[in-house]
Amino acid sequence: MRHSRTAELLVGLFMLAGLVALFFLAMKASNLGTLETGSAYDVTARFDNIGGLKVRSPVTMAGVRIGQVSKIGFDPRTFEAVVTLSINDRYQGIPTDTFAKILTQGLLGEQYVGLDPGGSPDQLGNGDEIHMTQSALVLEEIVGQFLFSKAEEASKL
Amino acid sequence: MIDALAQLGSRGIAAARRLGRGHLLLLAVLRGSGEVVRRPRLLLQQVFSVGVLSVLIVAVSGVFVGMVLGLQGFYILSQFGAEATLGVMVAASLVRELGPVVTALLFAGRAGSALTAEIGLMKATEQLSALEMMAVNPIRRVLTPRFFAGVISMPLLAAMFSALGVIGGWFVGVGLLGIDDGTYWSQMQTKIDFDKDVINGVIKSLVFGVVCTWIALYQGYDCVPTSEGVSRATTRTVVHSALAVLGLDFVLTALMFGN
Repeated sequence: MRHSRTAELLVGLFMLAGLVALFFLAMKASNLGTLETGSAYDVTARFDNIGGLKVRSPVTMAGVRIGQVSKIGFDPRTFEAVVTLSINDRYQGIPTDTFAKILTQGLLGEQYVGLDPGGSPDQLGNGDEIHMTQSALVLEEIVGQFLFSKAEEASKL
Repeated sequence: MIDALAQLGSRGIAAARRLGRGHLLLLAVLRGSGEVVRRPRLLLQQVFSVGVLSVLIVAVSGVFVGMVLGLQGFYILSQFGAEATLGVMVAASLVRELGPVVTALLFAGRAGSALTAEIGLMKATEQLSALEMMAVNPIRRVLTPRFFAGVISMPLLAAMFSALGVIGGWFVGVGLLGIDDGTYWSQMQTKIDFDKDVINGVIKSLVFGVVCTWIALYQGYDCVPTSEGVSRATTRTVVHSALAVLGLDFVLTALMFGN
């Protein structure tokens, strides 16, 4: 046990270094540092097609992230997707005639819900529904429409 | 012909007995956990020799693996115009897979073989029997501290490996290859999930720590008490640990990241 003082010190530093590394991974290399803090209120929106939208996809307004998708459900009576948006309590005063669109980051990136504010003086509260929605663009349908229109042009010539 | 069949039988029985002895040893080691609480100085010494002395190889390997990931990742991703996701690629590869697995392999090679050699030599020079004669349980006094030292050290070493690897990737990607610094970190912070990636990586490294240390201690304790026996046991530790780690990695990955 000659070098026990040095050994103790180094073991302490080793544990510290390990914990610092873990902390670094948690804060700087993962989404723990950017998780939704604080309370949020829920707003629902119905879509014909949600495309690739997933739970925890971002909800943005003017490009700024104001919340996330908390639940994706399906209405078996109207065959629509019912998406629950969890908006951070900091962002109040969203008009009731806001437009909810499903957009894609970049061309083939992940999808998110973009909100376009309307002009109504009434605000959205917990449990309200956004009535004006636009579904996701499905790439195959657009390609199909494009090919069909090209075929029509060619047959008219 | 009959001889070969008899050989197969005896080998099978010997393998089953080894497996049984290994599990009984693990039980005996765990039953001695109280010793670690009563004599923390033993644990401290073992964490020093098992953990602290492994930091150099783990740290240097981590930096280089991260740098290689950054380099290779850049060349592949730039073919798709996706260089911005280099941070995600480096961090995901390290935290989920390379961190726990490579650290476990290095740990088995460095600390595992050292443990096996030490305990094998104690057995060969009859020190373990001497302890028993003095009414000291050799498993509790010698093996249990080493076991817990290995289990504690592995997750810390794996975290260091991953963290240094991410920094190595940053150095190559942002420093040398010109990717934007903010993009590297922000993409990583968005896409790497703490629960699914970091925590699962820690769980993996804990499992690997248990397995590697257990194999090392068992091979040392059960070796033929001659110098040749010790050397063969040391080799077996490294080989068996490597196979176990890689096999378990597949199982754990399928469990954690499959749906």
